[in-house]
Amino acid sequence: MIYREAGQFKTTYADDASMLPLREDRWFIWGLLAVAFIGVPLLANDYWIGAILTPFLIYSLASIGLNIITGVAGQLNLGAAAFMAVGAFSAYNFQLRIPELPLIINFLFSGFIAAGVGVIFGLPSLRIKGLYLAVTSLAAQFLFEWLFTNVEWFYNYVSSGSVTPAPMDVFGIAIDTPISKYLLTLSIVAVLTLVARNLLRSRIGRQWRAIHDMEVSAEVIGIKMAQTKLLAFAVSSFFLGVAGALYGFTYLGSIEAAAFDLHQSFIILFMIIIGGMGSLVGSFIGAAFILLFPIFMSQVMHATLSGVVDQGMLGNLELLIFGALIIFFLIVEPAGLARLWQVVKNKLRMWPFPH
Amino acid sequence: MSDGSMRMSAIEELNRADTNAEAMDAVDSKGCLAGQTKVIGDVLMSADDISLSFGGVKALTNISINVREHEILGIIGPNGAGKSSMLNVLNGIYHPQEGVISFRGEKRRQMKAHQAARQGIARTFQNIALFKGMSVLDNIMTGRDLFMKAGFWSQALYWGKGQRDEIEHREKVEAVINFLELQSIRKTPVGRLPYGMQKLVELGRALAAEPSLLLLDEPMAGMNVEEKEDMCRYILDVNDEFGTTIVLIEHDMGVVMDICDRVAVLDYGKKIGDGLPEEISSNQAVIDAYLGVAH
Amino acid sequence: MDFFLEVLIAGLLSGVMYSLVALGFVLIFKASGVFNFAQGTMVLFAALAFVSLLESGINFWISMLLTFGIMVLLGLAIERVVLRPLINQSPITLLMVTIGLSFFLEGLAQALFGNQVHALDLGISDDPIFLADYWENAPDILISSFDIFAALTAGLLVAVLALFFNKTKHGRALRAVSDDPAAAQSVGIPLQHVTALVWAVAGFVALVAGLLWGSRLGVQFALSVIALKALPVLIIGGFTSITGAIVGGLLIGASEKLAELYVGEWFGIGGIENWFPYVLALVFLLFRPNGLFGESRINRV
Repeated sequence: MIYREAGQFKTTYADDASMLPLREDRWFIWGLLAVAFIGVPLLANDYWIGAILTPFLIYSLASIGLNIITGVAGQLNLGAAAFMAVGAFSAYNFQLRIPELPLIINFLFSGFIAAGVGVIFGLPSLRIKGLYLAVTSLAAQFLFEWLFTNVEWFYNYVSSGSVTPAPMDVFGIAIDTPISKYLLTLSIVAVLTLVARNLLRSRIGRQWRAIHDMEVSAEVIGIKMAQTKLLAFAVSSFFLGVAGALYGFTYLGSIEAAAFDLHQSFIILFMIIIGGMGSLVGSFIGAAFILLFPIFMSQVMHATLSGVVDQGMLGNLELLIFGALIIFFLIVEPAGLARLWQVVKNKLRMWPFPH
Repeated sequence: MSDGSMRMSAIEELNRADTNAEAMDAVDSKGCLAGQTKVIGDVLMSADDISLSFGGVKALTNISINVREHEILGIIGPNGAGKSSMLNVLNGIYHPQEGVISFRGEKRRQMKAHQAARQGIARTFQNIALFKGMSVLDNIMTGRDLFMKAGFWSQALYWGKGQRDEIEHREKVEAVINFLELQSIRKTPVGRLPYGMQKLVELGRALAAEPSLLLLDEPMAGMNVEEKEDMCRYILDVNDEFGTTIVLIEHDMGVVMDICDRVAVLDYGKKIGDGLPEEISSNQAVIDAYLGVAH
Repeated sequence: MDFFLEVLIAGLLSGVMYSLVALGFVLIFKASGVFNFAQGTMVLFAALAFVSLLESGINFWISMLLTFGIMVLLGLAIERVVLRPLINQSPITLLMVTIGLSFFLEGLAQALFGNQVHALDLGISDDPIFLADYWENAPDILISSFDIFAALTAGLLVAVLALFFNKTKHGRALRAVSDDPAAAQSVGIPLQHVTALVWAVAGFVALVAGLLWGSRLGVQFALSVIALKALPVLIIGGFTSITGAIVGGLLIGASEKLAELYVGEWFGIGGIENWFPYVLALVFLLFRPNGLFGESRINRV
């Protein structure tokens, strides 16, 4: 009975509609933010920050983006990584050719470019439905992979095709340590998560869910298909674009087309399936799961079967287990780990009583 | 929709009146409050000479139907007669190959679905078309979509108009929820509700749009006697209090005779009768259609 | 002109190979409404299994038979474990499950058979044929004899399948199931047997495709990526038409090679064929959302 709503009455609709109506939830989120902003930089080591937490945040952001278009609005996008690539290469080129542009503005603009591209590739969705839409996203995926590999202008004619962004700074503070990169990423992701939450609980979120469930109904209510769909593509691609820019700037430290291939698109798709489609919390859970699982697995393998299983085999096992997990989740719990989290929360509401 | 706000406060009035026992007694068999006779206005919507076919199947053949303001028009007929198709044509979901549709005097070759919505036409579907993933509250809120004007940014930041929209329209939606007595299930995902409740939620979603014309496709299908009586009461209340014009497809003859002002009969995509309920029930062609006499 | 013809013919023949893979997709889609993203991985699996058996010294024909058996078992297992629990889910859910399946099969194949590239020799010569040798006034072009063999095999397979679907009782059952599973069941058609049969046949098609593609490219991971090309083929040809798979395959094969040649030359850049089929399919969809030969569905509201 630690975690319950009893005794917390809402007397106005404003209160009821607030983001975190439960006191316990508010504490949890504030606590989480405190840990993230203050605790981690103080306590965690560089490896954890740079190799685990930073990519976790970036992949969560990408998952939120994909969730908006595929989880909430129901338009299948198999080419998420392509939009990340657009964001990454835009950011790189902005920095290269307009060095005075402040970093945050750079990322914003890159997001907008990705959004624009998203709208263009979203146009076919006005005519094409469901499965066929997958083709559009695959077209985007392969087209951009090819574009950023073969059109040398994008990577400044560097022969390897891989470029390094220039040193970053925000308001004069240099961003060159894992901690500073982490904090930058964290701030951007926190703000954008808030925006996503607001959108999803407003009219736009309802419109997106409406077109997912039942297009005919949505039209009958007066929802404009075209605008709603294209807006979903735009917002989702914006998120993916910013995630891509962050991926290249604050995590990898380099930008190349190969980092944004079809495999990457599938990984993000897996994140939202395992995390729970359409769930904001699920985006984070799914990203954490997929990032941490291989690490966990290799530790276990090391501890139990060291020597028997080599690196290559580990890779295969990973594929095998991911595939199996996808199948498992889609059959058993399509709402993903987010649903499991809700079940846990429900148990907490009642604890120590069983029901 | 200038009398919209009047309608909403009228719903609130009605909620208060409901609890008033005398008000209940004063309702006569047509649901009208005692002392008031209903005034039926001019033709609100008409569909003339409509023909609709799918592939080789002709669903509607040269049908002309109209409905007058404030009336309750019943559409009846055997299965497959084209009743739902007729409604879909009025609503803009199907586009007829021939014919003219006019609403409030404006003539069109076909209605577009979102145009219909914007002009104040709302409807429910035979096979419930609710958004299964959303709660009752959210579903009915979608009905308010046309009234919500906040831009993208104020929604993204949830301030100003974005926030105010949510609150203001929540109030309107709560009025509808009260009216239909759905308070206890407002946060439940609709997929979990029993069939009868889902039909009520669908009605709520249509009502939230403050329509001037309400198209109901078998709103009482699958309901037990009590649920039917409730639904009848709601329909009559809506028609009486706000003057909403209602077109109703229904199979239960008792209901049709009781609440409809006028009845149109369809069979094999053609209209075979149109008039007062008493006239229709004694019309030989109608009786033949229902009994399956060869023709 | 001669060069154009040569590229065209090479493209057409390559297209036939795409059709082979597309056939597998069509079969499964026709019968269970599932777009089997894992078809490509199944092709890879078949090729890897065959090659591994061959390399461990087993006779060519017996290896082929064993691999066929493995593929059939695999198909049955997939149907039982993955598809049956998801019978009424949306096509998108099913698509995602097959994506998961493709990852699983890829991991499994490489875990069982290793990561290296294997060469596959079917004993078919790949000598180029100079048309001019056989025909007096022929244009001066080269055609790969292997490609011709592949085309003939594919053609034979298609003919057999077409006969099967249209003339046999099982074929009819299959068409019934693909049209309306509930109605098919009510007439007494054993749904699960039919679905299992389909997956077995698809597995066989994957085997043939795997053998042909494998001997052309070597048996390696890239095989499963080839399958993705089948998607544009299906878009253009329609998901449910065998003829469409053939026509679509030819179209994609030809246009891809020609685009690589002409568009690539114009831009001075290679790799056009990686995305051209998709963009082509996209353009097609805008005009014919159901493909050339596909059926459009009328929804009752």
